Amino acid sequence: MDKGKCALEPKSAAVHYANGLQNGFCSPQRSSGSSGGSAAAGPSVAGLGCSSPGSSCSCSGSSGGGGHGCFESLHHHVLQEQQHNGSPAKRSRLRRRTESVRKNRPPFPWFGMDIGGTLVKLVYFEPKDTPAEEEQEEVENLKSIRKYLTSNVAYGNTGVRDVHLELKELSICGRRGSLHFIRFPTQAMHSFIQMGRDKNFSSLHTTLCATGGGAYKFEEDFRTMADLQLLKLDELDCLIQGLLYVDSVGFNGHPECYFFENPSDPESCVKWPCCLDNPFPMLLVNIGSGVSILAVYSKDDYKRVTGTSLGGGTFLGLCCLLTGCETFEEALEMAAKGDSTNVDKLVKDIYGGDYERFGLQGSAVASSFGHMMSKEKRDSISKEDLARATLVTITNNIGSIARMCAVNEKIDRVVFVGNFLRINTISTKLLAYAMDFWSKGQLKALFLEHEGYFGAVGAFLELLKSSDDPRDDP
Amino acid sequence: MPRGGSLTKLAYYSTVQHKVAKVRSFDHTAKETEGDPLYEISVQEEITARLHFIKFENTYIETCLDFIKDHLVNTETKVIKATGGGAYKFKELIEKKLRLKVDKEDEMTCLIKGCNFVLRNIPHEAFVYAKHADSEFRFQNTHPDIFPYLLINIGSGVSIVKVESEDKFERIGGSSIGGGTFWGLGALLTKTKRFDELLQLASRGQHSSVDMLVKDIYGGAYSSLGLTGDLIASSFGKSATTDKEFSKEDMAKSLLHMISNDIGQLACLYARLHNLSRVYFGGFFIRGHPVTMHTITYSINFFTKGEVQALFLRHEGYLGAIGAFLKGAEEDNPNQYSWGENYAGSSGLMSVSPDLNPMQRARSGTFDMLEMDRLERQLVNLPLLQDPSSYVPDTVDLTEDALAREYWLSCFEDALDGVVKRAVASQPDLPQAAERAEKFRQKYLHKLQTLRHQPFAYGSLTVRSLLDTREHCLNEFNFPDPYSKVKQKENDVALKYFQKVVMSLEKLSWEQRQFALVKGLLAGNVFDWGAKAISDVLESDPEFGFEEAKRQLQERPWLVDCYNEWLERLKGPPHKCALFFVDNSGIDIILGVFPFVRELLCRGTEVVLASNSGPALNDVTNSELQILTERIAAMDSVIQTALKEDKLTLVQSGSSSPCLDLSRLDKALATVVLERHTDLVVIEGMGRAIHTNYYAMLNCESLKLAVIKNSWLAERLGGKIFSVVFKYEVPFKSQELKQ
Repeated sequence: MDKGKCALEPKSAAVHYANGLQNGFCSPQRSSGSSGGSAAAGPSVAGLGCSSPGSSCSCSGSSGGGGHGCFESLHHHVLQEQQHNGSPAKRSRLRRRTESVRKNRPPFPWFGMDIGGTLVKLVYFEPKDTPAEEEQEEVENLKSIRKYLTSNVAYGNTGVRDVHLELKELSICGRRGSLHFIRFPTQAMHSFIQMGRDKNFSSLHTTLCATGGGAYKFEEDFRTMADLQLLKLDELDCLIQGLLYVDSVGFNGHPECYFFENPSDPESCVKWPCCLDNPFPMLLVNIGSGVSILAVYSKDDYKRVTGTSLGGGTFLGLCCLLTGCETFEEALEMAAKGDSTNVDKLVKDIYGGDYERFGLQGSAVASSFGHMMSKEKRDSISKEDLARATLVTITNNIGSIARMCAVNEKIDRVVFVGNFLRINTISTKLLAYAMDFWSKGQLKALFLEHEGYFGAVGAFLELLKSSDDPRDDP
Repeated sequence: MPRGGSLTKLAYYSTVQHKVAKVRSFDHTAKETEGDPLYEISVQEEITARLHFIKFENTYIETCLDFIKDHLVNTETKVIKATGGGAYKFKELIEKKLRLKVDKEDEMTCLIKGCNFVLRNIPHEAFVYAKHADSEFRFQNTHPDIFPYLLINIGSGVSIVKVESEDKFERIGGSSIGGGTFWGLGALLTKTKRFDELLQLASRGQHSSVDMLVKDIYGGAYSSLGLTGDLIASSFGKSATTDKEFSKEDMAKSLLHMISNDIGQLACLYARLHNLSRVYFGGFFIRGHPVTMHTITYSINFFTKGEVQALFLRHEGYLGAIGAFLKGAEEDNPNQYSWGENYAGSSGLMSVSPDLNPMQRARSGTFDMLEMDRLERQLVNLPLLQDPSSYVPDTVDLTEDALAREYWLSCFEDALDGVVKRAVASQPDLPQAAERAEKFRQKYLHKLQTLRHQPFAYGSLTVRSLLDTREHCLNEFNFPDPYSKVKQKENDVALKYFQKVVMSLEKLSWEQRQFALVKGLLAGNVFDWGAKAISDVLESDPEFGFEEAKRQLQERPWLVDCYNEWLERLKGPPHKCALFFVDNSGIDIILGVFPFVRELLCRGTEVVLASNSGPALNDVTNSELQILTERIAAMDSVIQTALKEDKLTLVQSGSSSPCLDLSRLDKALATVVLERHTDLVVIEGMGRAIHTNYYAMLNCESLKLAVIKNSWLAERLGGKIFSVVFKYEVPFKSQELKQ
């Protein structure tokens, strides 16, 4: 495949997003951006919560916002390669290797990993422009990793590849290919590390870029069990960089971002794609096991406003205890069938109607689980009702805190991400409604298709940056 | 009558018939005969207004209604005010049973009205809760301006209300995650039905086995963000990933943390948005439960980094009832009345110490009864207070000082026999004096015992509150003024010496006289039935005289001795006006205070004599002082002229306490103080100048003087019994100007 041509082909999406990339990521490299952002985040944060996939932003000083040299030179590479295009056959394996390094490309495989409290998110770049003879020379275990990951959609009992999220035809560091999105429970982390050892991953001399709390928690295990060195990255830095990147490349020709039109009317509420053309400032609400709320002013200027421990982990944890369910999917399925008003006490249950003195509608929830104070009611509700009430309670609470933060920070765009929102339209619609209703239309809730994967994408981007030398922008 | 969750709170207003002691001057035109008393004492019936608040469980609703019915017999009441959820639920029952119309009052309006009322009228109403401190309750000074504040009412849900003035408030937010969520979800998770039991479970649990902590994700702290490893990252996060059974205790604890943290976080967000720093918490979730007060306090500290303190209210459980009542009665006109907590009729804050009184702890609630007496006057700050918001009347907080607490409680216990005897003796002709006195003994003894275990029951425990409680208990059993006869006799005797004392003072040189006046003032103050050491001497030797007292006084230099500075000041220009808070009857006021006042008047200084409105121990009351002043004026031209020319004024302080709270004084007094441009305040006696106001900072010169008639206290201050405190203070500013 002619990579040069391909990359230059006016595939509208590719070109458009490449431009986006340019805009978004080409600021001078190794700026002090990250430390600036982090410093702001540090002391001003008041939050116990932590985000899910671990918590909080670090001010690790590593990485951070700076541009991604690799992308910065994307066009550059493309042009170069076009010129050299004539003689691919002459390249020896060694030459390619050195060229790869000279072109500031890390050796394959390219991974980004986000080890959260509940889930590990893994992104894997599958190069699709590998010439046949290069493929032959490809080391065996590299090949087997690629085959294993790309030919399966499930790994072991619990690993899943979100096929529908795959980003195709991406040009990254002069290579073209697909970005795959894989997740598995953090509980399976040790099996994963063992697999890395069994496949002799360390022989590939790749850097494993990891973010999330697990990057710290499992660092030692990676080293001792699999002889792998992790490049630990701050999860909030990664989250923001990953989010901006995915938004800029788009979702296979479609926008990554969406919102709900008519959020206050269930009948006519529809999902609608949109672009984050000028994304700043935004309030970024990351709902994993817990919740982190960030105010993002530019790609490398943000602060963690607060967090709450009532997040996805709380929803699933309570659901497991209350209904005996075991998975997120199961919990959501139950919730979809349940009726929370059997569990929650509404304003009308107390006042017989609206509480007019304070403009509270009768249908508003006055007390979550309030009916459960009565034994009769406890005996009469279904597991589905309980699951629904749990979901609604957690979602409304996040909405309420997010809304207060938005008002305090004077930001009117609230972007919700995190795996809690995966296959969870009840919550996304409820959040959209809550933002709209309680702010009287002042706040807008936005969502992203790759909800939980931005941290992993951010870590992946750092990998590409990590082997990059400082260089002048042409 | 607000009827929340499971308890009914009832507020009613009564007029209480009380015996009060009155003094009346005899007709002066009649020829005085030897042995005739100075004035006549009579005990009369007086009617005072009182607010009662009681509460009981809903199960007793019928009994409650019977109770109300009995108390409504002779009233014109046609309407009963009710608020809370039950106002809707029990409306029919109430209307049928009482044949009264039920007026449903808005819950929040009542709550706010009640909250304003207690904040304004009850000192030490608000407190900070500190679980691990020496005293769990740290009571807050009454701030003269209670607005604006934030009230977070945690009932089944949460309401967040911003209160800006008496009538202006707004519900700025709320949350559905509240007490009902704790109760409902807790009942589901633990199969425990009762709210109190859930709290007990929670207090025994370990949340870290259920919650996912930062360290569970990071392996340790996330120090770059300042998140410690023990912080909760995801509430119930472990129950989603761990396949095991969790104990009821651990789940209840996790739930409690989750809800408290969530409410705390929202409260902080709202406080920040509206720039409010006073945040009060109430509602059944809080209601005196140490567990929830602790978790809420923790959460507020965490989210505001200590900038905002969570405040709780002693009478939180009654706010709705108080408000509902006030709304109906319109009795709460702050321009006309003040209210004071009656310690005799109010049960205090419950003990929370786990090893004490488990029965009481099991009952959920701040207290069971509250009585508030109405004063027909407005009480205000002394306008001369340097910083009213930081003024604390009491010198020692016995809640925090265990040693002092132990001493004073024992001291009051030991003195009780004498007080009972005195009370009986004061009413030789009245029926059942002995029985009533015995009841008084039981009641006060019980109060003291309660305070030994729960020093915080009525706010900060102080010598003042112990004294006031005794007065309230005496009144309760119709001993309005046990010292009336003693005072009468002493006044009588002292008056006979007045002219002699004045004459001997006149003979002295100016400088000698100034010292003699101060010494007289101090010697007079030795005569005090309130102090045990003195009452013993007076009891055994009635002839103990003025001269004897002078000999007993400590020689200079005194324990606190600013006499030289005072003398220097007297050499300067006269003060414009002196406000004198007087102490005891008899020798003190007549032979000590009046000669001193006379000298001030001669110097051209106007004098305002402030005395108690009602009786307390042997302190001279305003009505007694009026008679005494008239009699002295008849003997002394200086006093007579001063009265005539309005240079000497008598005002009542608004108080009936042996101590003095400068933040609750009769408004008329404050007005006079301002009109006369008062530039000197004299405070006399242990109760007013040592137990209280010793550290009070004023805008003008002040003189605090007392004889320490208690060896324990004297020792504590580094002296012996009969040590003298003569504290002359000049505010920093005017001192600077002089130099």
